[in-house]
Amino acid sequence: MTAIEATDTDVGLAPRVAAGGRRRTHLALALLAPSLVFLVLFTYWPIVRVAVDSVTLTTFGSKTVAYGLGNFARLFDDPAFARAVTNNLIYAVGTVVPSIALALALAVGLEEATGLATTIRTVVFFPVLIPLVAAAALFLFVFLPGIGLLDHHLAKLGVPRTNWLGDPDVALWSLIGLTVWKNAAYYMLFFLAGLQAIPADLYEASRIEGASAIRRFTRVTLPLLGPTFAFVVVIALVNVVTQVDHVVVLTKGGPSDSTNLVLFYIYQQAHENFDTGKAAAATVVSLVALSALSVLSLRTLERAVHYET
Amino acid sequence: MAAPRTARRPDPLLLLGIVFLAAVALVWSTPLAWMIVASFRPQSFGGLDMASLTPNFTPTLANWREALDSADFARLYLNTAIVCLGILTVQLVTITLAGWAFARLEFRGRAVLFYAFLLQLMLVPPILIVPNLVTITRLGLYDTLTAVMAPYFASAFGVFLMRQTFRTIPRDYEEAAIMEGAAWWQVVARVLVPLARPGLVAFSIVSVVAHWNEFLWPLMVISSTENQTLTIGLASFTQGAESASQWGVIAAGTFLVAAPLMTAFALFQRQFVNSFLFSGVK
Repeated sequence: MTAIEATDTDVGLAPRVAAGGRRRTHLALALLAPSLVFLVLFTYWPIVRVAVDSVTLTTFGSKTVAYGLGNFARLFDDPAFARAVTNNLIYAVGTVVPSIALALALAVGLEEATGLATTIRTVVFFPVLIPLVAAAALFLFVFLPGIGLLDHHLAKLGVPRTNWLGDPDVALWSLIGLTVWKNAAYYMLFFLAGLQAIPADLYEASRIEGASAIRRFTRVTLPLLGPTFAFVVVIALVNVVTQVDHVVVLTKGGPSDSTNLVLFYIYQQAHENFDTGKAAAATVVSLVALSALSVLSLRTLERAVHYET
Repeated sequence: MAAPRTARRPDPLLLLGIVFLAAVALVWSTPLAWMIVASFRPQSFGGLDMASLTPNFTPTLANWREALDSADFARLYLNTAIVCLGILTVQLVTITLAGWAFARLEFRGRAVLFYAFLLQLMLVPPILIVPNLVTITRLGLYDTLTAVMAPYFASAFGVFLMRQTFRTIPRDYEEAAIMEGAAWWQVVARVLVPLARPGLVAFSIVSVVAHWNEFLWPLMVISSTENQTLTIGLASFTQGAESASQWGVIAAGTFLVAAPLMTAFALFQRQFVNSFLFSGVK
């Protein structure tokens, strides 16, 4: 499929391009223009804007002065920001690893489309569709100390009550639990598709060679799911950086910044403290992190595309 | 295909797998099951067995009535629908045009422009909320539904998706139409768009789900009650109900917000799953 497409694009238009190259370019720009207008307004310009804001300071009387790296210095001196970055890293590892392990296990377990497997797939997929805010609203009660869903049922197993959102040592892990619940089945979908793309005769061959089920999994399934893994890790990491709705509803970053994530920190600086410089500097840091991730992901995306088509 | 792999004799691995799947299904469904049970539970129970999942009570609609009274749900649904459909309508135009240009036209700077588009795939609008708020305010759009929609009118993801979709359509169709004297826009509208329907449907579902669920950006650009979307409405309503410990009301309210997409999913499951996959993999 890929090979056919490639030759198709390479040869297909060549003679016509020679005939009307410039007209083609004008037409192409006209077609791209509607998208470009909005990309300039809401992607390129804001990037320039935060870059400028991050090195300037708006004083009282809204005079703007150059401030060098002052905002970054203030940002890195702020223990709340350091805490947000640390939290975000813990949150990243804490959500991505279990979500993906679970997603893979579910995909392998539910691969055969029997009646029961399809029902379980549907059940675990519902959390993907509900808004993160709605999930957070539900988990207000799930996490409620004493009478909430978790404590009520754990008490029957003899587990003492926990202050799921009020204890600074536990709160971030509660949010991680909520995120895994919400996202695991989304990643499962990609693994299900990845599994279906593995040729059945590969399994047959390794079975004839007498390989055990576990060996077949580690030698055939896992390596061939490589591109799917890379792809899912990237989407999961983007989610880690861009979704803080549950922080807003459940904890507002507290107690004592134990659940503050970088995007929520940015929101606080801009919306509550009106500290544009600091918010811009923090945004620049996030953009750099995302850009690093995107260099990695463009490669994996490209590979995933080649693999799947 | 998978049938020969099933073990015939009781395999400890298989048993373990079944126990694991049952456990996950149980844990995953509990919060939603609770939501439904709790929304019908009479409030007079005092909250001590609020967490119980057994419907050991006479169902009441009191929670639902209270939820519906404490927020203007009709308005919230309408605003959310306007936002989702508004974004989608503009997106379908922008991504079809740009997707076709990238799929079929050779032009100078194509590679550079394509990467410039892909930038938005990673540097996603949520991270740019602070500067975008400034832009929105300068454009005089603060506290309007247009402000909620505007950053999403261009979609790199959609363009990428449509480019891939157009590339899977054989050129013969277009060439035949061009031979018959059709202009490029007629080719796109009459030949390619119908053939690209799976891609457009997939994108539409993913887009609507994403914006139905969106929260942080509307929270920043909307200030008046009459412009709130469902997620904003739910958040402020939850705050009130939480301080009054009205968990049944929160359950009913959450259900009202989540129900449309969950119903749509239950009805068009295959289409939803294919869309999510299509959007991710292609």
